[in-house]
Amino acid sequence: MIETITQLIYLVSTGLFVLSLKWMNKPDTARRAVVAGVIAMAGAIIGTLLHPEIVNYLWIVVALAVGTGIGIPLARVPLTAVPQRTALSHAFGGLAAGLVGIAKFYLWLPAGELTTFRTSAIVVEVILGFLTFTGSLMAAGKLMEIVPTRPITYRGQNLVNLSLAALALVLGVLLALDPSRAAFFPIIIVLSLLFGVLLIIPIGGADMPTVISILNSYAGLAAVAMGFVLENKLLITAGALDGASGLILSIIMCRAMNRSFANVLFGAFGQIQAAAAGGERKTAKSASPEEASQILESASSVVVVPGYGMAVAQAQHRVRDLYEQLTKRGVDVRFAVHPVAGRMPGHMNVLLAEAEIPYDKLVEMDDINPEMPQCDVCFVVGANDVVNPAARHDKSSPIFGMPIIDADKAKTVMAIKRTMNPGFAGIENELYFADNTLMIFGDAKAVVGEIVKELSGQGGGH
Amino acid sequence: MHSGQVDFVAMLFVLMLATFIGLEVIRNVSRLLHTPLMSLTNAISAIAIVGSIIVTGEELTKTSTILGAVAIAASTTNIVSGFLITNRMLKMFKKKEPGRS
Repeated sequence: MIETITQLIYLVSTGLFVLSLKWMNKPDTARRAVVAGVIAMAGAIIGTLLHPEIVNYLWIVVALAVGTGIGIPLARVPLTAVPQRTALSHAFGGLAAGLVGIAKFYLWLPAGELTTFRTSAIVVEVILGFLTFTGSLMAAGKLMEIVPTRPITYRGQNLVNLSLAALALVLGVLLALDPSRAAFFPIIIVLSLLFGVLLIIPIGGADMPTVISILNSYAGLAAVAMGFVLENKLLITAGALDGASGLILSIIMCRAMNRSFANVLFGAFGQIQAAAAGGERKTAKSASPEEASQILESASSVVVVPGYGMAVAQAQHRVRDLYEQLTKRGVDVRFAVHPVAGRMPGHMNVLLAEAEIPYDKLVEMDDINPEMPQCDVCFVVGANDVVNPAARHDKSSPIFGMPIIDADKAKTVMAIKRTMNPGFAGIENELYFADNTLMIFGDAKAVVGEIVKELSGQGGGH
Repeated sequence: MHSGQVDFVAMLFVLMLATFIGLEVIRNVSRLLHTPLMSLTNAISAIAIVGSIIVTGEELTKTSTILGAVAIAASTTNIVSGFLITNRMLKMFKKKEPGRS
């Protein structure tokens, strides 16, 4: 009887999870999505606590309290740190799946209840869980710049990685065929942990949006595998929804960079050009914030292209001030957001929203590009590769073929940058040397602040 | 124990249907909401808490109880921080100029 009640609660939860994702499609209904998600999760937890097998609640309550204690501060991080928070969450998700897999394996082993089916499910759960765990920790480390952010590559890297994965899988199959080979199990765990680390080492910052999406998907799939282990359909559905969402985001990110999954994971972006960049010396024109403010003031349409540099400099609030000043003067200001700008999908949109820039001013790449030639000023704040025209015509460039925002087609381009050093991916940006480009050197937050000061000062005078 | 075969196929059905629903439902997500979507699905994938609670609450061996409890803590962290931060981000998305007087 209780079992039926639990299953019915799970059924309602599943429905609510689907609705939650559906409502997440549009900003108008997105708040409702969170409510549905919370109710569904609460239902899932309560339904589980009703299980008659559960005899001890003390550990559960303690663990719930500890998790809540860690979770609340993690939800209060500055929004610029959301990519690393997300990566950490994927790590926790992977860890939970992996640990439950281990627990189940050693519960069933002495009892002789390890069927081939159960063992296969546990192996999949443990491999996905632990590779997501260390992979996400590495990604978070890179995003927090604890681990070197540049891709680390060595000869035969892909071969090493693939052999590790293959070895783990072969051992997994052998273990599933004969669960008495229990000694393989810890080896599989170690291999998965190692594989997660090695998989992320060669990945550079520019690829983080894709990698975070893939890890998102793996965390979901690990939950699916747990569902197979525990024969629990709620775990399968919720995990599959998460897996699907991560998959879709990865595909969107890959398309936005014109690359394949395999290329992102095994391609080690930005290696080729790093060496070649030192070659010919070209000169770029520069402008002072004062000159920039005069040009901006006389423009009638301005397109702002934000990038990771804006997040690093925490410049989004100054950008909002600029938006306000220009709008007040009747300048049409819009924001062109590249799908992979920043370090995770949608990173820039959240930062601009935080700065209270209305989202109907945010324009997608495909919609803004045809209008770019009519735009007076394209104002690039901390974006780099996503506005590099080499992507359109330079076949030797590692980013060739990647869809970009056509900043160079605007009448005047202004780009804020600390120095002329190539960006994160180590690729020289020819936009900076174009005739219609003015470089404004300095910290994005300081520079935009000065421009705003110029604009507001003049506003009082004239 | 019930017959493993039948359950396995039923679970595959569930997996396939849920995956298709997931792909269809999320395919048209607005680009604005990619980050909140990911933190929401982060919280949802912490459904692993269900398995963790079962393993912990059964209290079969000391090891399984401890492993389960750590898994509960990790999942709870994701649930709490995932939903809270999603909500926090969504509150910021505004369509019109914030009204000022």
